[in-house]
Amino acid sequence: MTPVGSSRPSWWLLTGPSVILLLIWMIGPLAGALYFSFVRKNLMNPRLSGFVWFDNYINLLLDPVFWTSILNTLVLVGSVLAITVVAGILLALLMSEEFPGRSFARLLAISPFFVMPVVAALVWKNMLMHPVYGILSWVQRSLGLPVTDWFQDYPMTAIILIISWEWTPFAMLVFLTSLQSMPEEQREAARLDGAGPLQMFYRIILPHLGQAIAAVLMIECIFFLSIYAEIFTTTSGGPGTATTNLVYVIYKRGFNEWNYGSASAGGIYAVILANIVAFFLIRLIARNMKNQETWK
Amino acid sequence: MTAPHHSRARRWIITVVGHLVALLMFFPILWMVLTAFKAEIDAFTTPPELVFEPTLRSFRDVFARGDYGTFALNSIIAAVGSTAIALVVAIPAAYRLAFFPTARTQFTLLWMISTKMMPAVGVLLPVYIFFQWTGLLDQVVGLMMIYTLMNLPLAVWMLYTYFREIPYEMLEAARVDGAGLGSELRHILIPTAMPGVASTALLCTILAWNESFWSLQLMNVQGATLATFISSFKAAEGMFWAKMSAASVLAIGPIIAIGWLAQKQLVRGLTFGAVK
Repeated sequence: MTPVGSSRPSWWLLTGPSVILLLIWMIGPLAGALYFSFVRKNLMNPRLSGFVWFDNYINLLLDPVFWTSILNTLVLVGSVLAITVVAGILLALLMSEEFPGRSFARLLAISPFFVMPVVAALVWKNMLMHPVYGILSWVQRSLGLPVTDWFQDYPMTAIILIISWEWTPFAMLVFLTSLQSMPEEQREAARLDGAGPLQMFYRIILPHLGQAIAAVLMIECIFFLSIYAEIFTTTSGGPGTATTNLVYVIYKRGFNEWNYGSASAGGIYAVILANIVAFFLIRLIARNMKNQETWK
Repeated sequence: MTAPHHSRARRWIITVVGHLVALLMFFPILWMVLTAFKAEIDAFTTPPELVFEPTLRSFRDVFARGDYGTFALNSIIAAVGSTAIALVVAIPAAYRLAFFPTARTQFTLLWMISTKMMPAVGVLLPVYIFFQWTGLLDQVVGLMMIYTLMNLPLAVWMLYTYFREIPYEMLEAARVDGAGLGSELRHILIPTAMPGVASTALLCTILAWNESFWSLQLMNVQGATLATFISSFKAAEGMFWAKMSAASVLAIGPIIAIGWLAQKQLVRGLTFGAVK
């Protein structure tokens, strides 16, 4: 498809500004982070300086707190991914059924996704999970159960619950979109073959959702690797290091211990981790783009 | 096919379960809204009070804090300003990519999307130091710049997909009639793509408004946004729950409304077309 009777408008004038801005945004800070990760720079001890090769990287690997934070990150990301995908599929199946007031129910169900993380964290911590005045403790007491002090005894679980609440609507919304594109004949054929609801789910619906599930997993993964606000407003990484994830370690290295070198090396580890996921995500997007081109 | 009475029972169950689950998901927000209309003393009781005398006191208290206006204004400047700039930069780019595709187009789009996958914390220090040097620290303009760059790939991508849906013949016909680029934009592209541009703007606004990593790290007093303001309640163990709720309702109310409007377009923007 080539335009008739007109020359192409200038790439530099139209696409150029976006590309140049993003190029600066991508290269500048990353170059800075790489530079700081190879030098000794600590504001608490400004006389120390100089190029130290991989010392910052190695010191992090030798630091048990770093490994705790990696483990915490994996637990946090893995749990929230599992919860949001399973809950998202169930919610999407429910909300794709026809029932009176469905669009209203959908609006209510997607709302948590639009809540600012700071607000979500504070509302859950104080008004829902507070051991004395929280709704959950009241429910537990009414049922005669022992009361849970969430942020004292199960801090990681509490944070996982909050973030799952925020992100389940996103998964639901994506799965709803995917379910809508499912050909009705496929379901009809399976029904004629005498497939029960469970068979229908495993044989028809789940395979159809496959790509949507992959997309949700990867997109959420990239967001979850940068979780910060929810931890900052509830536990500040504690008690001890129970909820310290990689982001939080980097933040503390940089702005509590003023060790810029170590923080930057941690940052580069985070970039590497995110890029592993991003690689697969970009491949999926590229494949879809190509399919779309041939389809058009 | 099952018997009619059976499917009627099923429909009833689904209706009830559907609304119950929706209410359960919405409950934390509902509870926050209720608490915002309580007096401080009613907000902090055991068992929690469902029946209370509603009051606007907490809202008045929040507004009475002289700096509330500053926080709200900063949030608006950062979110709306960054969205406007991102659109101005992205519309020409998306136009060129959508209507004059070359062998490089797909690569350009994918590369733009990939810049969005950089974890913010990875570049926290260099950005912080850069802001320190240039005096952008605690200046809302700096935050607006970051949000513009953060949303730019998303805006280009979304606009690109909307532009691709415009039938090419329409543009061709206009060109045969001798319309220049300017009138092509004015008479064909902007009117047909308006819904797409609007949903792109809404999604960028939502993401910038709710962003909290950069605003908590880089803004402090002068440039602080609502996220910083609300996080200042984190130490107030039970003392200001009604005020905290009122401030939160004010902060998330408009954005939930925007989210409801944009819900159908959200998936397109957030999954970069990975889901059909």
